[in-house]
Amino acid sequence: MKPRFVLSLLLLALTAPAAGEVIHQERSLYRDITVEQNGQRRCLIFNVHRGDRNQTCIDLDEPERLVFSYTRMSFAGLLLAPEPESILVAGLGGGSIPMTFSDLFPDAQIDVIEIDPAVVSVAKDFFLFEETANMRVYVNDARVFIKRAGLEGRKYDYIVLDAFTGDYIPEHLLTREFLEEVKQILNPDGVLVANTFSTSRLYDHESVTYQRVWNEFYNFRLPTSGNRIIITRIGALPPRGDLTGAARRLADQVEKYGIPLLEYPARMSTRVDWDMSRRMLTDQYSPGNLLRD
Amino acid sequence: MASVAFVSGFCIMTVEMLGARIMAPYFGGSVSVWGSIITVFMLALALGYLLGGRLSMRNPNALVFASFYVSAALFSLPIILFADAIMRPIFLAVEDARYGSLLASIVMFSVPTTLLGMISPYSVRLLVEREEHSGQMAGLLFFVSTVGSAAGTLGTSFYFVLWFEVNRILWGAVTALLIAAAIILVAGYMRGSLSLRVRGHET
Repeated sequence: MKPRFVLSLLLLALTAPAAGEVIHQERSLYRDITVEQNGQRRCLIFNVHRGDRNQTCIDLDEPERLVFSYTRMSFAGLLLAPEPESILVAGLGGGSIPMTFSDLFPDAQIDVIEIDPAVVSVAKDFFLFEETANMRVYVNDARVFIKRAGLEGRKYDYIVLDAFTGDYIPEHLLTREFLEEVKQILNPDGVLVANTFSTSRLYDHESVTYQRVWNEFYNFRLPTSGNRIIITRIGALPPRGDLTGAARRLADQVEKYGIPLLEYPARMSTRVDWDMSRRMLTDQYSPGNLLRD
Repeated sequence: MASVAFVSGFCIMTVEMLGARIMAPYFGGSVSVWGSIITVFMLALALGYLLGGRLSMRNPNALVFASFYVSAALFSLPIILFADAIMRPIFLAVEDARYGSLLASIVMFSVPTTLLGMISPYSVRLLVEREEHSGQMAGLLFFVSTVGSAAGTLGTSFYFVLWFEVNRILWGAVTALLIAAAIILVAGYMRGSLSLRVRGHET
């Protein structure tokens, strides 16, 4: 090895792990919020002190490209519901999921629920998130919002549950009763996409609960991401051939966001790979935070 | 006497910790729900201290003391049996989850918690035999019941919710209160009289 190469490797090793510059920091009622910038990449990080976790990043040069695998994966639901007219996103983060929806479907009605008002202002101030005539953010608990939507008879074509990525797991959003309320506000031909846990004991409990309420679902995982995305709908799931066809039709439409839709159908499995004897999570029994090892 | 003070402290915090879980399906898991619960518990306890202190002026005895435990157990039953029936109309009537959770907390938790609050001053009165010991006795009882509260908090949030359903834990608390009442009655009986007169400021 040439000494100059070694030197540059060493330099790289020394500089690479160095975190970017912190451009904003605040402590909200729910979490510590940090915004960091590293070159053109800007990241929203929750709870820095416990295992650095990039919640959302954007590339300021190409803000429409989705930086994270799991955000891109949230759009796999398009394979089942290609033209949603009403969309619900629970959990704002940096706002990249709702903004992509808004860009893709400017005429769709998009409701975003976020419990933490500080996250809403950070998304607006640092992550180019904007409410539009068709896209509104509601500062509310997802359970309360969804229960009320159900009572008012509102329905959605595409529901994304993405409220599980922080440090604390909202246990009331993991239960059978909650999923039944979600089912009530989903249109018969709509799709549910839930970003959930792929590790720890919770995986089994959660899978058992989803299976109980939805009968079957796609387990969607990619080697590049630690997340497991659950994709399902009311009634039977379509045959895989339909997914592949839909991916072919939609691939161009989502290409600019960096969503590799064509790769997705092969990764969506209905195989049971969890311990089915685990206890279902209910409003009476939901110790999610204690089940996460 | 110390053991029953432990039980009341334990049950207060067990119910309080579960309160957030009981209300989350209707009012969410936001900080304001905790705010509602803690406010209601504090106010109910404050009222209980006042009432318990006042009742202790009139012929303090084991029977009345035991009845606090029994009635706290009975008034905890609606939390187990009718929680949904109580919260649903409140959820429908009150749009703002802050006030909804406050109202629901008042309806479900204020009565049993007030009754549990009455125990502390009343037990001081039962135990104090000489005026110069009153501070020491009060200190001991607060010590025991507060340690009970700490145990109830920890046990509930670390272990019970992992092992049992919410309602089963609440049934456990109800049972513990009834057992405490039985202990008081037996102890009072063994001391000779259920209307155990306490030496003190009788005129």
